[in-house]
Amino acid sequence: MSGMKDAGHLFRFAGLFVLAFLVFLVVRTYVVPKSFGEYGHYRGAAIGEIASRPIKFAGHQTCETCHADIADTKTKGAHAHVNCEACHGALAAHADDPMTVTPVKPDTAVLCAQCHTASAAKPKDFPQVDPADHSGGVPCETCHNPHSPIIGSDSGASAGSGSSAKTAKGGAK
Amino acid sequence: MNISRRHLMILLPAAAVAWKHVLAGTPADSPNYQMSEHWWGMLIDIPKCIGCGNCVRACQTENDVPDGFFRTWVERYHRSDWHLENPEVISPDGGKEGFPEVQAGEEGMFFFVPKMCNHCADSPCTQVCPVGATFIAPDGVVLIDPEYCLGCAYCVQACPYGCRYIHPTKKVADKCTLCYHRITKGLTTACCEACPTGARQLADLKNPNDPIHEFLKTHTVQVLKPQMATGAKAFYNGLDGSVR
Repeated sequence: MSGMKDAGHLFRFAGLFVLAFLVFLVVRTYVVPKSFGEYGHYRGAAIGEIASRPIKFAGHQTCETCHADIADTKTKGAHAHVNCEACHGALAAHADDPMTVTPVKPDTAVLCAQCHTASAAKPKDFPQVDPADHSGGVPCETCHNPHSPIIGSDSGASAGSGSSAKTAKGGAK
Repeated sequence: MNISRRHLMILLPAAAVAWKHVLAGTPADSPNYQMSEHWWGMLIDIPKCIGCGNCVRACQTENDVPDGFFRTWVERYHRSDWHLENPEVISPDGGKEGFPEVQAGEEGMFFFVPKMCNHCADSPCTQVCPVGATFIAPDGVVLIDPEYCLGCAYCVQACPYGCRYIHPTKKVADKCTLCYHRITKGLTTACCEACPTGARQLADLKNPNDPIHEFLKTHTVQVLKPQMATGAKAFYNGLDGSVR
């Protein structure tokens, strides 16, 4: 059995490999996060962490639960498809705590121009004006109700409901 | 442990069943959300875009995107009548504060193209990530695990659409999450919520009642860089051939 005796150093070498592999397995169980590989080659818990980030835009459905009268005016006007927070900004904080967080009313002279300033790059059927030429700096809400902007259309839309009529006037203040 | 062939034959189907349950799992704070029931994408309707920049501002607010970086941005194309393949593209500050005036009588065609992560089904960015920090969630959204990202920026180079950046303070890759924290709660994305013309619409391709299916049937819809076979899920309606 002199052959076996000569191969002894190979066994010691193989033993080192086995030991290294065991150390690797032990280290791996501590280092790799528990949810790694839950859905694929990544940390599964990351999905839940990303999903639980806080929201800032409440969504128009939330707005409409309280401001139903304005939603009603809006659905009958040319801005029916414009969501509340497109103009009023992110207001999830206001929806969470309506008493302490009160939104600032946007300045229509600036806000309306963001969309309605004439440009050759805009779709031809989109209503566009040169703000200086159109109003000369007078706030848009002087003549237009932002929630139903076509002049004359809001009075018709709000005729049925008293609260909506109030809102329309409030908007034109 | 000794696993005979016989045991393996029993274990494999059991693992397959378990895997199905795993896929149907729910993200932490959205108990009614089933990842396996969704496959998210986005519809971008170019003829409706007015370049107001509302989406860019909304995205920055919703996701705390640092100044000078963008998860979504709006480009204005000027496609000259003489150089159809070489459009002039501008996007000052991502289109956040609007665009310079177009000179009266300028030849060619002007139009806006909103850009964002395409949430590719075969995304190049996830393929190159060496640590599994970016991945395609079971509902088709490409996400980044900020805890796991090394900030090596391979993915930033790999994205053919230029949608990724290294966050200046967190030093990890960052990009559009398709407002994952919103869509898992039944809300739409911040950009769709803020878009005044409906030029952007969140689409759930696994929902048979989603209007996207009818839209795709009746419109000529294109994705960006289809030759790269990324399986992009940002569908562009009315996209000019000059858009890259």
